[in-house]
Amino acid sequence: MQISVTINGKLESGDVEPRTLLVEFIRYQLGLTGTHVGCDTSQCGACTIHMNGKSVKACTLLAAQADGQDIQTIEGVAPAEGPLHPMQEAFRDNHGLQCGFCTPGMIMSALAMVERYKGEDLDEQTIREELEGNLCRCTGYHGIVKAISAGAKAMQGGA
Amino acid sequence: MYAFDYKKAASLEDAQQAFESADDGTFMAGGMTLIPTLKQRLASPTDVIDLDGIDDLRGITVDSDSVTIGAMTCHADVAASADVKKAISALAHLASLIGDPQVRNRGTIGGSIANNDPAADYPGALVGLGATVHTTKKTVSADDFFTGMFETALEEGELVTKVSFPIPEKAAYQKFPNPASRYAVVGAFVAKTKDGIRVAITGAGATVFRVPEMETALTGSFTADAIADIAVPADELNSDLHATAGYRAHLIGVMAKRAVADCG
Ligand SMILES: Cc1cc2nc3c(=O)[nH]c(=O)nc-3n(C[C@H](O)[C@H](O)[C@H](O)COP(=O)(O)OP(=O)(O)OC[C@H]3O[C@@H](n4cnc5c(N)ncnc54)[C@H](O)[C@@H]3O)c2cc1C
Ligand code: FES
Ligand code: FES
Repeated sequence: MQISVTINGKLESGDVEPRTLLVEFIRYQLGLTGTHVGCDTSQCGACTIHMNGKSVKACTLLAAQADGQDIQTIEGVAPAEGPLHPMQEAFRDNHGLQCGFCTPGMIMSALAMVERYKGEDLDEQTIREELEGNLCRCTGYHGIVKAISAGAKAMQGGA
Repeated sequence: MYAFDYKKAASLEDAQQAFESADDGTFMAGGMTLIPTLKQRLASPTDVIDLDGIDDLRGITVDSDSVTIGAMTCHADVAASADVKKAISALAHLASLIGDPQVRNRGTIGGSIANNDPAADYPGALVGLGATVHTTKKTVSADDFFTGMFETALEEGELVTKVSFPIPEKAAYQKFPNPASRYAVVGAFVAKTKDGIRVAITGAGATVFRVPEMETALTGSFTADAIADIAVPADELNSDLHATAGYRAHLIGVMAKRAVADCG
């Protein structure tokens, strides 16, 4: 079946099977390999993207469900050649990653959380609860929580 | 995943027609249970009928005595709704405890109750508040809707359209979550309604159940102490790698007391 999806602001079309997962379409058909597959069982959040501004797990969506929708992946967060997004910068500055496998999903969850808590306090406890759907096997989370807190502040600072 | 045909229904009639013309059709809400099930090849429908395009199934309405939630309303919308928080804060709280943010953005109340996972949260709220389930064929009380493990009063091709919850005087939900999945190992929903006290337990047995002894004791005195000595026998409770039946029986007492205390 034919689908067309707006990905990172650009309209993309493709021929998929009804059983093709959205993450497969993104990685193998569009070549956007920043969205990772960690578990393929809806647990780890490495495949987190935004659909119509909401964080979702792309391994638990059919490509067909994204037809006509607006998708953002990690590649759409900052220009390829340009400076990093403040949230990405904050992960670099605060040791928010080691191997980096979970990082794209972490950043997409972090950006969704900043959006959801706009105007409210994004404290440490809230960040930890909001990361329920993202697993990291390396960092022990402290750096990630610090990075999100710093990234959120940098974003509010109008960066 | 085995191959299937995908159809996005534009209306309830459209969905039902697609179901009737399919050899072995299945409906899909957010896919949060269905897609993992298909991946594991535990189901092999010929047709997946997506309900996402049916706007009539989505939305929250609140009037003076009830909160009504459309089947396709996602958990995140219920958790964030100022109207639900004001009318039945325990219901918004329960929705905010389901899974994780990504799951709450896709999973729906209709999908959750149609699936009736023994560890799901919503069945606790439906039975705890004495809700009414509206389907394409009937109107049924929550007490009669959940009939067994992964079993409900839904027939082939029947769709949940909405759920209405009477607004209680007070209510609270307390769950002991599985630390990995957040599903309820045991969840207790306690409500003081105009038709009496209700205590519903999810996660512990094959399906949600009420505890009449606790309801009677709380009618006498609405305090955590009033139910301190009431034990639910472990015989019919679930035992699995997450918790033994004995541990679940203990947790029922603890969670129910906390929920009563939380009612204030
Ligand atoms: C990682 C993870 C963690 C989770 N944690 C929790 C938790 O802590 N607590 C909890 O309660 N749940 C939890 N869930 C389940 C989640 O809440 C979903 O609500 C549930 O999986 C149902 O998903 P869905 O609404 O997308 O329905 P689907 O998966 O699309 O459908 C599920 C079933 O219901 C049927 N169906 C769907 N809609 C209707 C309808 N309107 N009428 C009739 N039949 C219908 C479908 O045919 C299918 O058989 C978790 C899920 C995941 C993946
Ligand atoms: S790959 Fe999607 S949640 Fe792990
Ligand atoms: S940095 Fe390695 S999994 Fe998170």
